Amino acid sequence: MSRHRNVRSINVNEEYEGYDDVYGHSVEDDYCVSPSEAAFMYDREGSKNKQKIGAFFQSVNDIAEENEGENESKEANLSDIDKARLESCVDQIRQIVSSGIPRQELVNIILLYNFNVEKAINFILGCPQYNHITEKKAVVPKDVDPSNIKVVTPGTKTTNITKGFDLVQKEVNRLNVTPRSQSPASGRATPTPDQNDEGKNLKQKESKFDVNVQYKKERGNAKENLYMVVIGHVDAGKSTLMGHLLCALGQVNQKTMHKYEQESRKVGKQSFMYAWVLDETGEERNRGITMDVGRSQFETETKLVTLLDAPGHKDFIPNMISGAGQADVALLVVDATRGEFETGFDFGGQTREHALLVRSLGVSQLAVAINKLDTVSWSQERFKEITQKLKLFLKHAGFKENDVTFVPCSGLTGQNLTGKPTENELLQWYAGPCLLDVIDNFRTPERPIAKPFRFSINDVFKGTGSNFCVSGRVETGTLSLGERILVCPSREMATVKGLAIEEVSQQTVFAGDQVSVTLSGIDIQNVSIGYILCLSQNPVQIASKFQARIVVFNVTVPMTKGYSVVMHHQSLVEPVIVSKLINQLHKSTGEIINKHPRCLSNNSSAMVEIQASRPLALELYSECKELGRIMLRVGGVTIAAGLITKIVL
Amino acid sequence: MKLLYKDVDKEGEGTVGLIAEEPEDMWHAYNLISEGDLVRSTTIRKVQSESATGSSTSNRVRTTLTICVENIDFDTQACVLRLKGRNVEENQYVKMGAYHTLDLELNRKFSLKKHEWDSIALERVDVACDPVQTADVAAVIMQEGLAHVCLITSSMTLIRAKIDVTIPRKRKGFVQQHEKGLNKFYDNVMQAILRHINFDIVKCILIASPGFVRDQFYEYMFQMAIKTDNKVLLDNKSKFMLVHASSGFKHSLKEVLQDSGVINKISDTKAAGEVKALEGFYTMLQCEPAKAFYGKKHCESANEAQAIETLLISDNLFRCSNVALRKEYVKLVDSVRETGGEVKIFSSMHISGEQLDNLTGVAAILRFPMPELEDEESDDEN
Ligand SMILES: Nc1nc2c(ncn2[C@@H]2O[C@H](COP(=O)(O)OP(=O)(O)OP(=O)(O)O)[C@@H](O)[C@H]2O)c(=O)[nH]1
Ligand SMILES: [Mg+2]
Repeated sequence: MSRHRNVRSINVNEEYEGYDDVYGHSVEDDYCVSPSEAAFMYDREGSKNKQKIGAFFQSVNDIAEENEGENESKEANLSDIDKARLESCVDQIRQIVSSGIPRQELVNIILLYNFNVEKAINFILGCPQYNHITEKKAVVPKDVDPSNIKVVTPGTKTTNITKGFDLVQKEVNRLNVTPRSQSPASGRATPTPDQNDEGKNLKQKESKFDVNVQYKKERGNAKENLYMVVIGHVDAGKSTLMGHLLCALGQVNQKTMHKYEQESRKVGKQSFMYAWVLDETGEERNRGITMDVGRSQFETETKLVTLLDAPGHKDFIPNMISGAGQADVALLVVDATRGEFETGFDFGGQTREHALLVRSLGVSQLAVAINKLDTVSWSQERFKEITQKLKLFLKHAGFKENDVTFVPCSGLTGQNLTGKPTENELLQWYAGPCLLDVIDNFRTPERPIAKPFRFSINDVFKGTGSNFCVSGRVETGTLSLGERILVCPSREMATVKGLAIEEVSQQTVFAGDQVSVTLSGIDIQNVSIGYILCLSQNPVQIASKFQARIVVFNVTVPMTKGYSVVMHHQSLVEPVIVSKLINQLHKSTGEIINKHPRCLSNNSSAMVEIQASRPLALELYSECKELGRIMLRVGGVTIAAGLITKIVL
Repeated sequence: MKLLYKDVDKEGEGTVGLIAEEPEDMWHAYNLISEGDLVRSTTIRKVQSESATGSSTSNRVRTTLTICVENIDFDTQACVLRLKGRNVEENQYVKMGAYHTLDLELNRKFSLKKHEWDSIALERVDVACDPVQTADVAAVIMQEGLAHVCLITSSMTLIRAKIDVTIPRKRKGFVQQHEKGLNKFYDNVMQAILRHINFDIVKCILIASPGFVRDQFYEYMFQMAIKTDNKVLLDNKSKFMLVHASSGFKHSLKEVLQDSGVINKISDTKAAGEVKALEGFYTMLQCEPAKAFYGKKHCESANEAQAIETLLISDNLFRCSNVALRKEYVKLVDSVRETGGEVKIFSSMHISGEQLDNLTGVAAILRFPMPELEDEESDDEN
């Protein structure tokens, strides 16, 4: 990939800004604390651990900004102690808000508020000038190339696409990857013949540009699509809550509901009648436990919401991960019953693990339904107690306070789901929005429709006729009927014979959509859950060995070279081996603190090499966030999250 | 394995006569025979003979040959050991120095001559010929859509069948496809069990999975057994045992072998002992990192300080064709034993042995901490 380096002359500062951006985001995007380190969580405010959480990727705090000079004196005048305090403040702020804010400005704000982090953050969050930084996740390199024309669509907030975005970004990131991965050869390992063909590339870019127009035309007037995963400890009442909500919205007809009521009574599970709306298999109904993600759709005022009802049971976390990987936002359901909340939250329950997982998978907006409040007679105290505990935890898990909403409700009785509550005890102290409004208030994330097409397969099933379907999510780009696609890693070509979103046929689908694709010209043997669909002129990488930057959560035994783990990558669940521990890194600065460490224990950060037993389709995080994230699990416990930084083989 | 004679002198040179009696003995033979050894056994040789009229015919004869081994091949699944080398004893059919490939056969005697029988090799003979038979255990480790049917013998874990199918997920209004796919999967697993597990030998069959897969499968299997009146399954129902595992991948077998219920039942198997030993190493690494080391260099340094309490070493290391390197490992083992340490030789055919192999093949738990080793650059990073 030296080709790029030779050709372009790079504005260093701009480049580094992009660099900072990418990794700065990853800080709060991807890393969080070990699920069961309770002490660590509560302790954090004012403890020595201050810098640990979420700061893992900040290796570039000290990169000079253009305007460093003029303010330097102010900082230089500080005493050593103040300097250290300043550093720690900067670190902390960057954990909470994105680090897109120039350091110098941060320093000024901190000095202004006299090292009070809380106030400084509030200032930043409240300041419209920083909105773009704190809100937006997309990395748009500025002015790298004069031909880089921004097409900002007036009126609609969904599209802010840059022509040539893809090419430019790739370059920026490539260059940025270099110093970290310590090797200049960080390019594609997979031969991508067409990539060198500039002409074709350009042509594609041109057509991708049109895609924005098309997207606006097709989706501009419709309600926005939003994908919401419902998570929480087992038996928190997720399915019941969603089943009741669907019922209240008229999505389930009364005859069906009556049937569920009768049948569930027959097997002595009447309390699960609403859950049956989503728990459809015999096994789930008999056991009263959700085992795989249930899906359904409903509409709010401004949105078309697809809900993914995840299983809460520990053993089904792999299914929960595949559901969460497809979601834009999450609804965390907690059981307010005395003792039950504590089981799910404090004593190794799944409330924490789920929240950390969705955060690590890139979900940043969260609603928390404090459920089953009917069991504590709508006690405001209980609501407050739970809210407080969760707020603290979620903040440290990397959720911004503004992005988390708490709503009291009861899935069984249906209080505060779709309208104002009728329960007097609740009305006395609650005047906020109902669950439906909270969902309606979620922001739809930007869809990376101009990037190369990527689709991750989540399900393979028989369609009508002789063809079969795959369903999954368009991670980036667009796909149209009749296109030839490449299935990776089996590298088989297939033709798109049908596209459907929730059983409704489509001509073209866009990033963010969850689609059933009918394929022809390919054997079902060559397609499997976790595979990636792409276009042959811009294929996904295929590798069996790669490097990743990981953060180790709470582990009972340390990770060594040769450790067998289960890797989750989108819907793929694959046994892999951590074949090398390359470097142990400082969690906040990213500095190498130990070359070839013998082992990695709790809360450490490291660069490792991962070896799979067969080729896998994946991407560098810097090129495609969606396909660059991995989770490592052992014995049913999530032990690490990581970003793919380099393809080795 | 049956020992016929052992004729080894003080220097360690000599010959041992053996008969392989079961497939696992081939694994022992594979670990015993190194390049350069002389193996004598009966074998089948194709011979060209020329008749008086000048036409040549080829026929196969059984003859006894002695070859100097140059190449060793082991098919783990079929347990076939193939030795290739030059003939070193002139014989009526085969010339001196001619190449021959010899498949060791079950129930036929062979003799093995080594220039040097080291402690590891002699120990292997003892282990292989130990008449106390540990009964075999079968394990089915599964998750939705994936199952491994394994046979765990005392020194090997053999994957007898792997079933990997895509089961459609549950979809709104289409749960039948999911349930049909699941039943088909269960049926495949059941067939694999019937085909690959010999209920006469196996004393226990573990069915391990996350969630309810094992219960569902067990139920399915015995429903089918009743339906089809399958005596084999019904008679052996008590041998089945359901345990938890976090996934259907092979390495989850480790969790199964650590399950307390399983340990009670199969405590005498080497596989479970090895899992425990390796776990002990990892626990030490977590609690007192200065008392747990891996890699040849670190272990040797620890040994020099007579610090090794337990040495975990994979038999893979003794199979290396580099004679000098093998010697170093043998020396390490001997020396640890001399200084009162315990040595556990892992079978690389077991799940924990595989993991130890990935962890350089050698690890040590020390008697006392040696923090100075932590700073020493280990040799195994390249
Ligand atoms: N009292 C009361 N019980 C509830 C409420 N919501 C759910 N439940 C009960 O809690 C139990 C579990 O409900 P589910 O909806 O199956 O819980 P879940 O979170 O979907 O469980 P998994 O999917 O298995 O993790 C059922 O018996 C429900 O009747 C509520 O608001 N109040
Ligand atoms: Mg449920």
